[in-house]
Formats: sequence, C-alpha cells, structure tokens
Amino acid sequence: MTAPTTTQLRKTALNVEHRRLKAKMVDFGGWDMPVEYSGILSEHMATRTAAGLFDVSHMGEIEVFGEEALALVQHVTCNDASKLATGQAHYSGLMTAQGTFVDDLLVHKISDRHYFLCVNAGNQDQDFEHIVANNHTSAQVENAGGRYSQLAIQGPKALGILQGLTDVPLDSIEYYHFTFGDVDGVDCLIARTGYTGEDGFEIYFVPEHCGKLWADLINAGSEEGMVPCGLGARNTLRLEASMCLYGHEIDDTTTPWEAGLSWICKPNKGEFLGREALLRQKEKGVDRVLVGFEMRDRMIARDGCAVWAAGKQIGRVTSGSPAPFLKKNIGMAYVPPELKAAGTEIAIEIRGHQAPALIVPMPFYKRTK
Amino acid sequence: MYPSDYRYTKEHEWVKVSGDTGTIGITDYAQHELGDVVFVELPDVGAKLKTGDVFGTIESVKAVSEIYAPVSGDVVETNAALSATPESVNSDPHGAAWLIKIKLANPAEVSGLMDAAAYQAFVSEKEASA
Repeated sequence: MTAPTTTQLRKTALNVEHRRLKAKMVDFGGWDMPVEYSGILSEHMATRTAAGLFDVSHMGEIEVFGEEALALVQHVTCNDASKLATGQAHYSGLMTAQGTFVDDLLVHKISDRHYFLCVNAGNQDQDFEHIVANNHTSAQVENAGGRYSQLAIQGPKALGILQGLTDVPLDSIEYYHFTFGDVDGVDCLIARTGYTGEDGFEIYFVPEHCGKLWADLINAGSEEGMVPCGLGARNTLRLEASMCLYGHEIDDTTTPWEAGLSWICKPNKGEFLGREALLRQKEKGVDRVLVGFEMRDRMIARDGCAVWAAGKQIGRVTSGSPAPFLKKNIGMAYVPPELKAAGTEIAIEIRGHQAPALIVPMPFYKRTK
Repeated sequence: MYPSDYRYTKEHEWVKVSGDTGTIGITDYAQHELGDVVFVELPDVGAKLKTGDVFGTIESVKAVSEIYAPVSGDVVETNAALSATPESVNSDPHGAAWLIKIKLANPAEVSGLMDAAAYQAFVSEKEASA
C-alpha cells in the first residue's frame, strides 16, 4: 500500500496557517502536521521557560451519553471513573480483554450522563469501534473528532497569556479539572491538562473558530516569549516528563503493571474488560518493566535500539532522544524486573557500538511548581 | 548563497579545494532539512576514504544522517569545535562548521561535482516539488 499523498492526508483547520509559518510538515498517523516551526530546541525551551502553543486538533474526541454512561466508561477503561467529580478529568487506559492497551486517553466527567474522552489521533476510529463493540449498556457513544479543534497552551506563562483572553478565573481551575467558558468570544471546554510536564491548558471548541483563537493567542503570547510548537517538541517535552506515547511505551501487548501505570489501574473498582487478565498478571508478577535511562556519553539512543545488560540483549528502546532542557540524552525501555533498579548499568547498541547508559528514576523532569 | 568556489554533491556535501587539500562540509539546504544539530560524529585522522564512503554522522533532535565522502582522500584534520558547538552546523554550515579536511587522492575527481549554479538549481527544484 502506498503512503497517502499530501492531498490525501487529513488536515486540521490550521493547516494553511502552519504552512504560512513555514513549518516543516510530516505525515503523523494520516494527518498533515507541523513537526517544527523555529526549531525543536527553541520550541522545547520556550515551553519550559515561557510558553508554547500547540495545534493538537488531530486528537480524537469520543462522547458517551446517558444514564449508563459511567457504567460503559467503567467497563472499557482501567481507571476508576466513579471517583471523578463533575469538572474533573483523569488519565486512563482503554483496555483489551487481555488487560493490554487499545489506547491511552483522558476521561472528563461533564455530568453524570456525559463523559468526554480525548484519545490519540491515530486510534480515534479503532477506539470508537472498540467502545461500541463492548457497549452492553443503554449509553450512546459518539465519534466526535470532527466536531472539535483543540489547542494546548503549556508553560509557566501559559495561564497568564490565556487569562488575557477570558474572564474565567483560570487559577481556580485545579490541575486535571476543567470548566466551560468563553475564551476570546469562543465557547470552550477549558481543561488544566497537558502532555508536556508544565502547567497549562488544553481548550476544545468548534473548528470554525480555530483561526481566530490561534491568531489571538499568538498575539497575546508574543511578548511573553510564547512560540508555536510542533510535534517534534511535543515529543521531546513528554519524554522528558516521562509520559508514555502509544505505539512506543504502551500498545496492545503491554499492561499497566509493566508500563509503570499501576496508578491508573484499579481492579478494586469492580468488573472491567481485562480485569481478570490483569489480576492474574499481578499475582504471577510481570516479566518486564518500563524504566528510564540516561546515556553516559554523547551518543544518542533512538527508538528501536537494542538494550544490552550483562552481555545479553534484554530489550529495545521504546523512545530515545536528546532531552533539551536537561541537556542529556535519555530514553525508556522495557527490561527484566531484576534489572530495573536505578543505578543499573546497561548498554544501548548504536551503529554497532555498545554505548553505556544508566537506569535512572522517572520522571526525568519535574516542574518546580 | 552557495559559495562559488565550492563544489557540491547530490547528497548535499560541499568541497573546497586548496592545493591538494579538500575541506568538506554539508550545505545550508542539508542543515535546514536536518533541523537542530545536536551531535556530530567524525572519522579519525588517517582514515582513508573512497568516494561515496560514509565517513560520519550528523544527528539532529529527530534524526541521524550519514555523511558521504564526495571525493577520495585521507583525513588529515577534523573539526574539533563541533564537539562543543554542534549547532554551528545550523548557523554556519559553509564556514565554521566544516567537518573534515582530506588530502585529495585524485584532485581531478572534484571537477566531476556540481558547481554552485548547478547545485542551486538542483536545490531549487527540490524545494519546488516539496
């Protein structure tokens, strides 16, 4: 099968704007998306020290409605959605019957009868099919991706910049909570969430307003050092913050126990798809664990590089890259549990060399406030 | 944009000849395609290169790019400054960010490469079809 031509790729409402800004574009999961504008390093550093603006409209949205909305969400995800208050969100996993990931997602409780799920761009349709196929309730499910654009404003100055465009008191929105309000004359779901490890917001709204919101945010943020950021910086930022990326750290062969995500996996909440398999694995123990590592020398580990310890290949790098803020080269990999301790020496095979690395605690980066 | 006294390859390397020494680097087009350069790996002095040999790598945040010898020769010097400031490949690819100097095995090989005008045309065509 040949790759789609640019004309066949899906486009967000801001595609023309990204090209006008001379962004380098890439095919990301079938979407024509910006990888970088001014450069990954400067976009990454701007987000850590001032603010970054991301067009994440390619992300998918699935809405669950009805009296049994919670029951359906509980059945198909591993975290306990019954603990969510109205206006609260949490990170979760959409699970297979084997306790592995169909996707990772954010679950927002809009009301007892309305849950709003944000899922990965490349998995939108499969996720929707999966939820529908496993819906044994009266809840209705909508594949709502086409109805929303999404922008992320992330960084220590994000709140101040966004506040200039809204009367909603943003500081009263706690982390991983959300509200509805007018931003720049546009009705938005305003969530204090993000994929960078910084404070910030993700806003969801109808696509026809995307151009105006983007332009006004760029304007509002320009004096504060905010820059538009592409998928390249989005990846280096989330990796520094030790956040998983579907298709890398998690996929339909990995469980939350293996991926260090036991904090989102709640078998005690009651029945859900994959619960039995997860309880069995918890009992038996995992045979691999996700760890973070730091390269000792200048070489850079990349996705897919073989990982060696004690003379044997023990796994592969799931994500590897320079970490611009930390000024190190880092990565994540699955290793046997007996080798997971911080301080364990491993080697990453890079172009035939065994480059030394050290397992380190995660997160690599944690913001100071 | 592209120095008129350099010669160029389709893989976006340049060669500047001075007597029987050739200085080699990558072009502005190449650095722009790569993005922010974070690491450069160069051969040892004394390495014997044949045209087309991979003699090193330039790594950007997202990618690893091999560099190919545009002509044959022995490596007599490598640019030590690139270890501390790999980003100079982005800011000055035709000058301060030269990669290696070689003693040309066969100076006549250089005339087979593109001149500045031909390279500019080659690059313009690439940019137009992007």
